[in-house]
Formats: sequence, C-alpha cells, structure tokens
Amino acid sequence: MSDEMPLLEVRDAGHKYGDRYGCREVSFNLWPGEVLAVVGESGSGKSTLLGTLSQRLSLTEGSIRYRLADGEVVELAELSEARVRRLWRSEWGFVHQNAADGLRMHVSAGGNVGEPLMATGWRHYGKIRAEAAEWLKRVEIPVDRIDDTPASFSGGMRQRLQIARNLVVSPRLVFMDEPTSGLDVSVQARLLDLIRSLVAELGLAVVIVTHDLAVARLISHRTLVMKDGRVIESGLTDRVLDDPQAAYTQLLVSSILQG
Amino acid sequence: MSTGAGILPSYNIGYLDEQTKRMIRRALLKAVAIPGFQVPFASREVPMPRGWGTGGVQVTAAIIGEDDTLKVIDQGADDTTNAVSIRAFFAKVAGAKTTTRTDEATVIQTRHRIPETELTEGQTMVYQVPIPEPLRFLEPRETETRRMHALEDYGLIYVKLYEDIAKYGHIATTYAYPVIVNGRYLMDPSPTPSFDNPKLHQSPALHLYGAGREKRIYAVPPYTDVVSLGFEDHPFEPQKFSQPCAVCGSTGVYLDEIITDDAGGVMYACSDTDHCERTVAAASARRESEIDNDELSDELDEIEEVHV
Repeated sequence: MSDEMPLLEVRDAGHKYGDRYGCREVSFNLWPGEVLAVVGESGSGKSTLLGTLSQRLSLTEGSIRYRLADGEVVELAELSEARVRRLWRSEWGFVHQNAADGLRMHVSAGGNVGEPLMATGWRHYGKIRAEAAEWLKRVEIPVDRIDDTPASFSGGMRQRLQIARNLVVSPRLVFMDEPTSGLDVSVQARLLDLIRSLVAELGLAVVIVTHDLAVARLISHRTLVMKDGRVIESGLTDRVLDDPQAAYTQLLVSSILQG
Repeated sequence: MSTGAGILPSYNIGYLDEQTKRMIRRALLKAVAIPGFQVPFASREVPMPRGWGTGGVQVTAAIIGEDDTLKVIDQGADDTTNAVSIRAFFAKVAGAKTTTRTDEATVIQTRHRIPETELTEGQTMVYQVPIPEPLRFLEPRETETRRMHALEDYGLIYVKLYEDIAKYGHIATTYAYPVIVNGRYLMDPSPTPSFDNPKLHQSPALHLYGAGREKRIYAVPPYTDVVSLGFEDHPFEPQKFSQPCAVCGSTGVYLDEIITDDAGGVMYACSDTDHCERTVAAASARRESEIDNDELSDELDEIEEVHV
C-alpha cells in the first residue's frame, strides 16, 4: 500500500546563491524503485537541484517531502541536522562524480565499505568484513584487493567501490552526480550495466544527474530536462528523447553524434 | 623598578595572572561538568615550547596552591629533564611542595603514564595532551569532527580499529586508545598507553587534560565510566608483558625496553620509577628484617671467630 505513495514529493523547490537562483520552481514526484535522470548542460542547475534534494544545500523556497522507512512523511527542510544525518546513514546514498570525494582514499577498500555499517551500529569485525567482501564481489572488485586503499585503484574501480559503499546499508534513495563521466567509454558501459542491475535487484529509487543523454536513456525511467535553473521538459525517458517537445531539448537531442 | 640582589622578580603565585587562571578554571569546570567534552580555552605563553606540556603546565598552574604537593612524571619517570624542570618551576613560582611519591602527591602532572600506585580520592591527574581530537587522522576538518561529537556520530572511529585488525590481525593501537566517557563523548586519553586505559574507569581521582597548542581542555571526573572501544569479536585488550621488571621483579606493570649494549641486549624495567624504587626498598627492608631476626646470632658468631 505504501508503495502507492511517492517517496519524494517536490513542489516549487528552489535554491538561491545570494540573490541569484541556482534552480527554481522544480516540481516532481519520485516513486519507490524509479530512476529519474536530470539532464542539461553545465550551469543549468542540475547539481544544485541534487544538492537541494539531498539537503546538502538549503531549500530557499518550495517544499520537499520525503516518506521515511516507517511511513511517516516529513518536510526535509524542517528535520533537525541529527535526523538528516541519520537519513544519510541509513536510507540515502550519494555517489559523487569524483570518487575521491565519496571515499576515504587512505582507508582500505574493506574499511570504506564497512564504515557505513559501523556507523549504523555493526560491531562485529568478522561480519563487517564478510559483508564488505560480499559487496566487493557484487561490484566486480577482486576480493583479494579488500585491504588495498582506493588510492591504488583505477578510476573505474574507485567508482564501483563508491557505489558499494553507498549501497551496503540498503538505502531506499540514492543520489548520483555524473557517476560515469571521467571514465573511458568501455568502463562507462560496464558501470552503467552494474548500476542498472543493482537498481533493479534492490528496488532503489535513484536521482541521477548527467549531461550525457545516452546515460539517461540507458538507465532512467523518467527524465527532467533543465535549462537556466528551471525544468523545461519532463516525461518518460523514451518519450523525451525520441519526441522532444521543447526547442532546447530538440537541440540537445540533435547534438548527439549519430554513429 | 629595582629588586634586591638575590631576590627573584616577583611572579604571581602559579606564574599565570589571576584573570588567566580564572579563565582556565572556568574551562575546567565546564570540562568536569561534561565529561570527555573538549572545551576551548585561550592558551597562554608559558616558559617552555609548545608541545612540551604547555597545556598541562597551564592546568596545573590554575589549580595548584601552597597546600599542594606536586609530582611530575615524563613517561613514568620522575627524573627526566622535563619532569625535573616542571617540578622546579612550580616549587619556585607556586611555592608548592614537590615529591616523587605517588601516594604523597595531591597533583600529579604527567605526559604518558598513569602511576602504578592506585590513585585515591582527592588526587588530581593533569595530562599534557598533544592532540585532543581522537578523530583527527580520520577526519581532518575540525568543523566536521565537532559536528560528529555534537551528534554522537562515532561510526568513523571504528574504521581505525577495523584497519588495525585488517592489517595486523588484532587491534594494534597501543597508545591514545579511544574511549567513550560516561556513555557519551568519544575521548582521546592523550598518549597514555592502552595499558593504562582500565585505570581511568571509575577512578576515584580527578583527571584533567590540557592541550596547550590545540587550546583545548577536557576532563574525566571521579567515578566516571570510561569504556575502551572494541569489536564484539575483537574486544579491547590492554598491553601485556611476559616478563617481570628486571630491577624490582614486579609483574602486571608497564615496562620500558632499555637497550643495554650494541649487540641487541635489552632489559625490561618499570616505567614508573617511583613504583620501582619503593618495591626495591620494601624488598630490601624485608630482607634486612629477616637477617635481623634469623641470622643475627650466626653473624655475631662469625664476627667473633674472625676477631679471635
């Protein structure tokens, strides 16, 4: 029954940097298990929107309501910092574009994956290590690298490690900020494949920001197109990309190189 | 301004001025009220370099009076340069009595060790703390670590213990071993060996920590719970030593490794010099009294024979 209610209800959300808007009048619902792509060129406010949704940036106007695991619906801006942190530990994940921002580069891979578990009260070394090893396997990192630091990993491995670290506590909602840019094309493809299968398997809701329409097409159900801080078009990803309505979206779609 | 020959320029008692002492005492009161919480204070210049125990010296200066008896130890020893100098300093500027005996001291300033002799009510330990923040090397941002303390968000500290076990097979942290004080604040018991951690738990003495360079004061009041962290399958274990002290024969004490030659020879002796001396003295006293009782007559006979 609760699955018939949206996980995130966003109404006229906006964030201001000083007296300039980073994004404004954004409204959408996000449902459990849904992958929402936010596309647009750089400077269009995608990352600001992601920051605002995830409470890293303050909400200047509008409302963001989130349904907690126990069914209670809360206004995110009204939550105390302690409760937001608890959400971060137990229900949310954030995958950064640069893996170094989301990992502790001088802590071993096992420690990186284990940290969220320890933060949520796991106190049994053997179990933490077994769980970390299990997740390394799931993101295709050889288990014998468990005691190596991410500083010694390749870019693709770091990004997969970051994903493992975020998913290990079984979050309900994951924010991803350009998770595949900066990786070469074959690595990108494998990472997208991995994200897609994990999302389907775990029934995650995902908000993914990307400037790459191919990424949006591959993994998202719905797409928001942003320009100058506003959402100019939204709908099912296939519809938006195959039959773009707004002039800017048409430009964006036609600017993809055709093979 | 003239001072007579041989008379020192006049210092305020305890070297620091009264306003400063008042400021430090306020910080101390707050620290005692919130066990384990790091209270900022306006650290002053004292006549020694930062990192040599300026925090401890300021705390001692703020609490010491003419009725107090001060003991200062560096590692466990009363006779090292720093310990001797600080003792002399307070004898001069605070008129305090000094001692090397743990049981006679009312204030004990220390760099590393908690004495082997059990502390009693009314005694105050003062620690010289280099880095007060237990999360420093895991999270370098002070703004962030303060938040983590405020929100009791301590998952990160276990990462350090996890890394130890992953690397060495056991928790290899043997000093500055993190503790939770009074079920709330995560605290670095300064660079004391983990061997001494259990002595903090429900200790009858007051423990004050001063970090001069970092400008923080924190405290463990008497009879407070101090729990060393660990995992369920790798609980906290204080260091153990397999051999007794080579000088006094004590077991269950913290030993220093002393290199005796350039061929790899070492001996292990008590790091607590006061404890070691008193154990040796007690043993020789016992031996003497045994000699007095049992062997006195024999010895007298022998002496007579020699004279004859």
